[in-house]
Amino acid sequence: MTRLILRRLALGVLTLFLISLIVFAAVLALPGDAATAILGREATPERVAALRDQLNLNDSVVTQYLDWIGGVLTGSFGESAATQQPVSELLSDRVANTAFLVFVAAVVAIPLSIGIGVWTAMRRDRPVDHIVSTSTLVLAALPEFVIGIGLILLFATSVFTWFPAVSLLAPDQRAWTEPSVVVLPAATLVLAVTPYISRIMRGSMIEVLESEYVTMARLKGLPERTVIWRHAVPNAIVPAIQVTALQLAWMAGGVVVVEFVFSYPGIGSLFIDAVGNRDILVVQAITLLAAAIYVVLNLLADLATIAVTPRLRTEAR
Amino acid sequence: MSATETAHEPSVDVIDLRVALTTSGVDVVDEITVEVRPGEVLGLVGESGSGKTTVGMALLGHVRRGGEVAGGVIRIDGRDLSSLGERELRSLRGGVVSYIPQDPGTSLNPALRISTQLEEILEAHAPEGGAEQRKARVREALEEVALPSDDEFLKNYPHQLSGGQQQRVAIAMAFANRPHVIVCDEPTTGLDVTTQARVLETVRDLCQSHRVAALYVSHDLAVVAELADHVAVMYGGRIVESGTRDQLFLEPRHPYTRRLLRAVPDIAGKRTVVGIPGHAALPGSRPQGCYFHPRCEFARDDCRAEFPPVTELGEGHKVRCYHVADAVQKPPPEGAGQAEKPRVGDDVVLAIKNLNAHYGESQILFDINLDIHHNECVALVGESGSGKTTTARCVAGLHKQWTGEVSLHGTALEESARKRSNEERREIQYVFQNPYASLNPRTTIGQTIARRLKLFGRGGGREIGSKVGECLERVALSSSAAERFPDQLSGGERQRVAIARALAAEPSMLVCDEVTSALDVSVQAAIIELLGELRNEIGLSLLFITHDLALIRTIADRVAVVTGGHVVEYGPTEQIFTSPSADYTRKLLANTPSIEVALGHATTGS
Amino acid sequence: MTDQTVEQALDLVPEAGPEAPPPRLQRFQWLGILRNASRLTRTRIGLGMVGVIVLIALLGPLFAPHSETEFIAAPNHGPTSDAIFGADALGRDVFSRFLYGGLSVLWMSAAATLIGVVIGTAVGLIAAYSRNWLDDVLMRLNDVVLAFPQIIFVLLAVSAIGPKTWLIVLTVGITHAPRVARVMRGAAQQIVERDFVKAEEVAGEKRSRIIMEGLLPNVTSPLLVELGLRMTFSIGLIAAVSFLGFGLQPPAADWGLMINENRLSIAVMPWGVLLPVLAIAVLTVGTNLITDGIARAAIGLERSNE
Repeated sequence: MTRLILRRLALGVLTLFLISLIVFAAVLALPGDAATAILGREATPERVAALRDQLNLNDSVVTQYLDWIGGVLTGSFGESAATQQPVSELLSDRVANTAFLVFVAAVVAIPLSIGIGVWTAMRRDRPVDHIVSTSTLVLAALPEFVIGIGLILLFATSVFTWFPAVSLLAPDQRAWTEPSVVVLPAATLVLAVTPYISRIMRGSMIEVLESEYVTMARLKGLPERTVIWRHAVPNAIVPAIQVTALQLAWMAGGVVVVEFVFSYPGIGSLFIDAVGNRDILVVQAITLLAAAIYVVLNLLADLATIAVTPRLRTEAR
Repeated sequence: MSATETAHEPSVDVIDLRVALTTSGVDVVDEITVEVRPGEVLGLVGESGSGKTTVGMALLGHVRRGGEVAGGVIRIDGRDLSSLGERELRSLRGGVVSYIPQDPGTSLNPALRISTQLEEILEAHAPEGGAEQRKARVREALEEVALPSDDEFLKNYPHQLSGGQQQRVAIAMAFANRPHVIVCDEPTTGLDVTTQARVLETVRDLCQSHRVAALYVSHDLAVVAELADHVAVMYGGRIVESGTRDQLFLEPRHPYTRRLLRAVPDIAGKRTVVGIPGHAALPGSRPQGCYFHPRCEFARDDCRAEFPPVTELGEGHKVRCYHVADAVQKPPPEGAGQAEKPRVGDDVVLAIKNLNAHYGESQILFDINLDIHHNECVALVGESGSGKTTTARCVAGLHKQWTGEVSLHGTALEESARKRSNEERREIQYVFQNPYASLNPRTTIGQTIARRLKLFGRGGGREIGSKVGECLERVALSSSAAERFPDQLSGGERQRVAIARALAAEPSMLVCDEVTSALDVSVQAAIIELLGELRNEIGLSLLFITHDLALIRTIADRVAVVTGGHVVEYGPTEQIFTSPSADYTRKLLANTPSIEVALGHATTGS
Repeated sequence: MTDQTVEQALDLVPEAGPEAPPPRLQRFQWLGILRNASRLTRTRIGLGMVGVIVLIALLGPLFAPHSETEFIAAPNHGPTSDAIFGADALGRDVFSRFLYGGLSVLWMSAAATLIGVVIGTAVGLIAAYSRNWLDDVLMRLNDVVLAFPQIIFVLLAVSAIGPKTWLIVLTVGITHAPRVARVMRGAAQQIVERDFVKAEEVAGEKRSRIIMEGLLPNVTSPLLVELGLRMTFSIGLIAAVSFLGFGLQPPAADWGLMINENRLSIAVMPWGVLLPVLAIAVLTVGTNLITDGIARAAIGLERSNE
């Protein structure tokens, strides 16, 4: 088993390396180069040359990459073209808010969707199941910004005005000091993610409920409670682990749109601003962060799967 | 209860049971009437689609999703199952009536330890006992089935045990609460012959020592002959004949029973195998009248009108047929393609010398030496994991990791099929085990065969249609089958198509890889007949891979017995069966169930 | 828009509701699936929904009372006889801009979906069939692209190259490919194990032929489902990108852009946001209903084949 884990770790590192290559390559795709992009309208030939020098843009591609990746690994992502601040500072300002948002969304979404999945699986084909199924179908289809705007229309403007449509926070203020600001963005994320996890959970629960070993458990005369919670759920939950990890990883991207909709001061809106400003270093840093989160989450999901699947922990005879 | 009382009171009493599909009302089984007394074994025999498993499960008050009990009475220990509530039913299952599943690999929860799964059945039915007491009972139960009872073993997960061990755990679970009734659902399917023998012994001993009434569901007549006191034969969801074991095997009366017995291979080789033409109809498409009449040579108008009522033949022997007298008078036919064996040529078609094969790091085959002459059928017999299929794959070039020499007509062949010439590939054709997987579901039969003809230059252009028709007719299929897709054909028909596809190339040699293992007994026999006939007609060498010794008795010229990657014995068929020299062969022969041996003398079906 | 494992949920087990009736035998399986799917109510509703929006998008410009850039009233002016849904934040006719604004989303989504599904299927089938180093390499590359949330990948490219339409179509398609590849590889792996593929190999059939005639026709079910699913996601992604301001640039009429432009005045003039939001919602729900119908028909087909 340790060999399996080490192999996964090694693959993860390799993937991160290849990801960094792609992210770095974005700079190379700039028309002109980073210097002209950063200076924008103020780009005079002398300034561009000076900036090029400063950013080592005259070095070979390989050197530039090594410089950059070296910086990344030591926590330095360069300076933002828009604000001249070190990128890492910009990030650390905003990371906490986004982390809080995602945390709240996850803590609500995961138990909710697993619960819905198990519940509807056990009431398969009854009216409740149909209603939930149609709802998840609709929610799964809607782009998250549509869900966000829908929530704004419902709860922040015309119908009810319970929550703010825009997150008004002071630049240094942390989101948890003003919880009402988090409610709608978190709700959007929850509504975006729950349909997928609950559908997988329902599907896998139904499959497990029809399995030979669950039938056998019933034929042994075990109480239904035992059949569901000892025999069915532990096996059904395995696919849900993978999906949950994927949804959490998705949130790294979904959060971008959601924060924009609500003007929530997190990494997502920082990303959008940076894209708008062609602030390539900030964009690169956040992209790398998102991709790294995906790799780590995937690894954790694999480890969790190994932990709950005896067949993978031990060797078959 | 006194001895006389138990003798009168059947543990299982089923009267006119009917199980139907909920949505359509179509019946799966109907008019099922059986009884089993304590200490007795009732063998419920049938092929696929007969409904035997449905009857077995009904005794536990369980019907598969989509079906329901639609009529009749089931009494266990005198209690009517339909009068029981959920709770009472649950206490019955695992406590009074136990179930031994067909496939323990999928019936044991892969995520729970053996100890948990054994303890919980005790806990469910005797919750007052403490944990210590339960643990002791679990150990007892394991010892009863000759499994280790130490903590080490108990900590195992199902996948860490072998198939035989898993099944014995299932048996231990079933007997743990000293039930009165046991339903065994083909529990030895997929087990090796040797393991099967041990498992059957265990079941028989436990049933006898605990005076359990057992219902043994099976398609394997030989196993039933060894185990059962009474037998009931099912066809199309009805019981068509029932009686004591001797009555059924020595004096079968129903045409289906008689033909079924002739389809079972005889390990003594005194009779040929005969298939039953056609195939059994599934629920919903069963014919009017007697369900067997489309395949019965004695069918007349009354058979086509209404299902025959029960005829008492005396001493508990019952049959449902209008023309028992006719059936008895006419002796069953001889199997085709087996009595008149073709003359074996002198030239060697395929020579295997020092074949060693690996899977990754581990070695599978050790110095295999075989040769097959023109028109010869060589059977390669072994249990699962013995290396017989690997040998076949090496010969065909499907398995590439091998050394040694495999020569066709004297020329050495490359390891992989891709590297061989088109001619070489044409000469050796392969038929796979699973007819449900060996044909492309998205091409018609005609397209599949036409493709094969073109690939090997055996036809093309305008006449391809008639060539395809010829290929199909050669395997006793009508040429109209060319328009069909595989899922419109039965298993037996698909296997014929697979053979037709192989023969389309006009090969010198056919490698048959367990080609009958996935088929019913009657269909299996028909395929054996077909292969025999083909050998006589067109002169074909066969490398026949199987785990069933008795099967090849009547068609093989020479037999190679293989175990653990070694050929332990290799010689003419007669010699292998009558005077085997290897211990392993002797063990195999002894452990293979046989109707004749079980009854002490040969069946004549008269 | 969340991604790939939805098809797993759809494929695992039929959702609550009717299963498609058993199919007539078809020469082409995909035709059979589509035909069966169209018999289900949900598919029909979905087709209706999509049909309406497509008509609006395609024919809208012919019926627009004003051009998309004309100034016809004061900003955020309420509905008048001239502008039934009022004026947008800059004073242009909301209704006309709405009628002009659907085409871009549609064609871009369709193109991106096609790119993603074609590349993804090719990669998935080849990987599944090769079962050796090629499979490993392709899957590693897959994993690399998968690590990027789709929208972030698109925006990374946009920040480097600029908000070009072809770039958005290309990057959305590229990010679809590995997700499709994963699903198709999973489906193909089950087919590759079957004996009929081995039978072809033993007979020495060309590899390309085995993939095209052995694998591909047997994975039409997941393929059709993927087409539907990716289309739904494409619409969501592309609308989101233009909502963020990186799609079609002002003064073009585009539903996503419209939502962005008008959302600050949502309290006074909701129509500028409501119309395009409803259109996108109806479109995506419609495509998802169709996809669900296809998934059910596919499951019904498999069950009747057993």
